[in-house]
Amino acid sequence: MTDIDAGGHRQKHPYHLVEPSPWPVVCAASAFVLALGLLLFMHDVTSWVLYIGAAMLPLTMFMWWRDVVREATHEGHHTPTVRIGMRYGMALFIASEVMFFVTFFWAYFGAALFPAEATGGVWPPKGIETFDAWDLPFLNTLILLSSGVTVTWAHHALLENDRRGLIVGLAVTIGLGITFTGVQAFEYVNAPFAFKGGIYPTTFFMATGFHGFHVIIGTIFLIVCLYRACKGHFKPDHHVGFEACAWYWHFVDVVWLFLFTWIYWWGS
Amino acid sequence: MSTGVAAQAHGEHAHPTGWRRWVFSTNHKDIGTMYIAFAVFGGVLGGVMSILVRMELGAPGEQILDVIVGLLSGESAVDVVASGAHYQFFNVLITAHGLIMVFFLVMPALMGGFGNWMVPLMIGSPDMAFPRMNNVSFWLLIPSAILLVASAFTGGGAGVGWTVYAPLSTYGQPGPAVDMAILSLHLAGASSILGAINFITTIFNMRAPGMTLHKMPLFVWSVLVTAFLLLLALPVLAGAITMLLTDRNFGTTFFDPAGGGDPLLYQHLFWFFGHPEVYILILPSFGIISQVVSTFSKKPVFGYLGMAYAMVAIGVIGFIVWAHHMYTVGLDVDTRAYFIAATLVIAVPTSIKIFSWIATMWGGSITFPAPMLFALGMIFLFTIGGVTGVVLANAGVNIALHDTYYVVGHFHYTMSMGSLFAIFAGFYYWIGKMSGRQYPEMLGKIQFWIMFIGVNLTFFPMHFMGLAGMPRRIPDYPDAFAGWNMVSSVGSYIAGAGGVLFLYIVYRTLTAGERVAENPWGEGATTLEWTVSSPPPFHSFEELPEIK
Repeated sequence: MTDIDAGGHRQKHPYHLVEPSPWPVVCAASAFVLALGLLLFMHDVTSWVLYIGAAMLPLTMFMWWRDVVREATHEGHHTPTVRIGMRYGMALFIASEVMFFVTFFWAYFGAALFPAEATGGVWPPKGIETFDAWDLPFLNTLILLSSGVTVTWAHHALLENDRRGLIVGLAVTIGLGITFTGVQAFEYVNAPFAFKGGIYPTTFFMATGFHGFHVIIGTIFLIVCLYRACKGHFKPDHHVGFEACAWYWHFVDVVWLFLFTWIYWWGS
Repeated sequence: MSTGVAAQAHGEHAHPTGWRRWVFSTNHKDIGTMYIAFAVFGGVLGGVMSILVRMELGAPGEQILDVIVGLLSGESAVDVVASGAHYQFFNVLITAHGLIMVFFLVMPALMGGFGNWMVPLMIGSPDMAFPRMNNVSFWLLIPSAILLVASAFTGGGAGVGWTVYAPLSTYGQPGPAVDMAILSLHLAGASSILGAINFITTIFNMRAPGMTLHKMPLFVWSVLVTAFLLLLALPVLAGAITMLLTDRNFGTTFFDPAGGGDPLLYQHLFWFFGHPEVYILILPSFGIISQVVSTFSKKPVFGYLGMAYAMVAIGVIGFIVWAHHMYTVGLDVDTRAYFIAATLVIAVPTSIKIFSWIATMWGGSITFPAPMLFALGMIFLFTIGGVTGVVLANAGVNIALHDTYYVVGHFHYTMSMGSLFAIFAGFYYWIGKMSGRQYPEMLGKIQFWIMFIGVNLTFFPMHFMGLAGMPRRIPDYPDAFAGWNMVSSVGSYIAGAGGVLFLYIVYRTLTAGERVAENPWGEGATTLEWTVSSPPPFHSFEELPEIK
């Protein structure tokens, strides 16, 4: 239970008492700029504040998480107990994300199971030409499922202390993630319905759009892990950052399976 | 200041000073203190708004809002009345009052304030699991509050009610004010989700050796259940208001029937969040009341496990009763029957709590300092709110009482008296521990009686108004309702005076309060926070306590 903190003091508990940090308050300020920017953008005043906010927030996160990585990798603050806490934190965060997606599925099922008059009382709505689920969407399903396999490959390589396997596995996963986003973007550009075309495009674009956004975040997370893997940060018995990333990636994967099954396939 | 450079450098490391101590804080007690200060600010703001509302409703006809809007806009009161701007201002006031009281008073006080302060102390942990995230949870509330307050002064303000129902919120008020309120809720929601993750992780992972879940103080249990409600309910609000935002600004049709959408979807999503939310406001209060009643009865809580799992049950059932807020929207009769039954079931665990508090006092050696008075007041008044809740749970009765003042009376009995009285109880119970200075006992008791009389006078007549058919959310009413409205307004002024007295008591306590030792309450106070000094050291429990 004894641990030595950053100041060289003997510590009689396994927890990490974090030093004061400027990043939380800067993060809150960035979120404020982002909200303000969105407001000004929506009311046609200016887009610049939105861009500034959208740059400030990731930058702050970068600084914040750089501190976390330093504490974990170089200062040895992440005891086994602290690592359990980190896993709790990530699992709970994913649980809240699940509930966020529940809202959009709720909207989708409400509209699809009880079609309104404006849709002609049918689903998909009259006049809406949907995607063929077994065309590009199925390809994307295979891509994302494969990426779930490759990230597990990377994980097993890490557990075997095989850094080359870890790096290759991560790189392939990232490649698949980027390919998925590319295919999704291609699909958006060639969509047979417009964004403002009623409830079908509303639910389709918002649900798949938020999923796509999460894929991009997950891909960035994977890239960070790849960088850290190259730096040798991960040990077979100590790699919470990688685990969190893999969990997040699987979560994104599962959301896609629901999107594919219910919106692309059943919903057409 | 006169200490040596080396000592100072060391002190800087362990105890940051000046503004950095607060703004860059990673200390659960400092962050808790900031939360409580913020909650006091929110309470004053929301309280002033409620007084303005009651001043307007003190008598039929235009009272003060036409003059206030005239002063704010530079128009004459006659022009204001002709334009109806004072009615919009009334809507803005009740909207902001509701949102501020929920998000900027009760939640920051109970979870952010007392939760942050007491959970680590009570489980014998040196701090929260994620101290930096704890700080961002607090600081996100500042931009959130700025956006909400600024929205009241932008265009006509956001006059859509705290529920922000579509289509009023999608097409009724197209200006930036409603968008600001929505974004304010986004930030407050993010703050609460991060806080919830922090609390759950702390409670699961950082209990002192020997402190099993079934030995945790009930306040910690209450925070744990509340954190789960926050974690699972707030993302649904985030999704719903995101849909509002895109419907308003980007051409989606989630809530627009013309595009195949459904305005009722918003109500479902909102109340799927909203009903757990009202339990988020009351569960930590239950926790505080359990600690206080046990302490001042000098007995352990009666039926400890039943009390803990009653809160779990309330939390779980809280997620499956949401449509009892929607009995008038044309739900299928079977659906309504289900929601009646599920809602009535909640009376069971809630009664377990009430009766167990009474059984805790039974045969106890009871004393009545201010926290105990507020706890007793809470038990009594929350019971009234609970009983009227059982009435409202019945869809048939609800058709008549929906959106009347009966509902306003009901939920103020649970919140303005349940939650707020528990906040006062918690404040008087723990202020000696938090500040090292005890509150003046006589003034605390006086404040209780002023509040007790004030809130009852304010809210009890609302049941009569509602039964007589007075709708809620109206700035004017027929003369027939004048009598009880006048009584209600007078009550609110008395409660307002109680609020002012509370601010004075805070000032008196912090400047001239008596110094207190570890445990000012004696043998009844058995939880761990009473084993450390008052105020506790910067890092409490450098050495973990052993629980037997």
